[in-house]
Amino acid sequence: MSTNELKGWKEIPIGGVIVEAGNSARYETGGWRTFRPLMDGQLCKNCLFCWIYCPDSAIEVEDGKVKGINLRYCKGCGICARECPAKAIQMIEEAKVSAGE
Amino acid sequence: MGKPVAMTGNIAVANAMRQINPDVCAAYPITPSTEVMQQFASFVADGKVDTELVTAESEHSAMSACIGAAAAGGRVMTATSANGLALMWEMLYIASGNRLPIVMTVVNRALSAPINIHGDHSDGMGARDSGWIQIYSENAQEAYDNLIQAVVIGQHRDVRLPVMVGMDGFIISHSIENLELLSDQEVKDFIGEYLPLYPLLNIKQPVTYGPLDLQDYYSEHKRQQAEAMKLAKPVILKVAQDFAALSGRKYGFFETYRLDDAEMAILTLGSSAGTARFVIDRAREQGVKVGLIKLRVFRPFPMKELQAALGHLKALAVMDRCDSFGAAGGPVFSEVRSALYDLSPHPAVVNYIYGLGGRDLGIAHIEQVIRDLQEIRQTGCIRELLTYLTVRE
Repeated sequence: MSTNELKGWKEIPIGGVIVEAGNSARYETGGWRTFRPLMDGQLCKNCLFCWIYCPDSAIEVEDGKVKGINLRYCKGCGICARECPAKAIQMIEEAKVSAGE
Repeated sequence: MGKPVAMTGNIAVANAMRQINPDVCAAYPITPSTEVMQQFASFVADGKVDTELVTAESEHSAMSACIGAAAAGGRVMTATSANGLALMWEMLYIASGNRLPIVMTVVNRALSAPINIHGDHSDGMGARDSGWIQIYSENAQEAYDNLIQAVVIGQHRDVRLPVMVGMDGFIISHSIENLELLSDQEVKDFIGEYLPLYPLLNIKQPVTYGPLDLQDYYSEHKRQQAEAMKLAKPVILKVAQDFAALSGRKYGFFETYRLDDAEMAILTLGSSAGTARFVIDRAREQGVKVGLIKLRVFRPFPMKELQAALGHLKALAVMDRCDSFGAAGGPVFSEVRSALYDLSPHPAVVNYIYGLGGRDLGIAHIEQVIRDLQEIRQTGCIRELLTYLTVRE
């Protein structure tokens, strides 16, 4: 969020209360990430454990199948990798992945 | 007009709570405020109120439960004293920061150590920066009246701040005095229906209380709190005006006594005003032009109004029933003296720390203060800026 989008004290609800539901989509937590999940589509059984466990709803699912991981929101917590019964997700240090991009 | 009844300050306050009929009270007992909630618990048990009474395991939990209930959308009240208030400290800031108009009686008592259960203002004064409105009461009638007004002040849409109403431990909380109660219906009409701002229980509009608020917005929310305190001032006066129309009893930011033609004055808050008035009357009989100003509202601090009320004086003694160790003086003194700095000329201002741990403030003590003021008036010099008035050397 850039500085010029920030609102003044007269324009925001009092008490730090968030008065609209579902606005966490606007808070992109991907920048927190140190480790990036890499998914091996060959190993994935589409059990959707990762989708259930992901605290940031970053696992994208379409027609009952894992489509990918939304890196705008993925904090790199690694819960998906730990819970995946097929060991289809690996956590790679972000700096190493970024260097290769 | 109600007929006079005899009650202690605590029982008067419990009756105000009965008439207010809050949705939730969460409390933990501590002397000398215990009796407030004890009596109120009887009202709950007897079905006199509709309140959900939560007996918490500590004051920290009590205030936490109050915050949760207020965020849910309830009208919420509690009471505490001294170390109980100290244990609430963290939650006091959360109540005000979340802008929840919780109303709390603080039966003012000394803070340990050494352990002491008697009246002074160390507890309330320590919470002066917590974002709560603070109103101090001289007697049981004022404690009752202030509590009812506090509900209306805190819930006002321009304010939305928690309010603490103080009365001196034991001196007021446990002394039986005559006072007048309003009728239940009068109180009900005066406080009106409570309309919460963002109630968690409104499932049609889900809201989040207490989200992380970092460098980008925290300052703006604190600025809002500062504004709410500013806007509380006209609300406090309007509520006092409406209350006077109902009860005949007048309130403001402070009360003055024989001040208009005075050259010297004593500023105090709480129960010691009564003693001061008595001594001032005797001094007046001897032609000493001394008056009294009793501060009722400490937060928001009525700076401009005090300037207008005190500017004509030559000398002023500010009485603090609390010390602020290592500071320029007691908390009331520091702020009153600061308020008068802009005036030219301004009165000479001296400070007396008195009555700590419930130590009596006697007639002779106030006579000594008046003698000191006369000396300052005559010589123009201040010998002692800060005097410990009721302490043995």
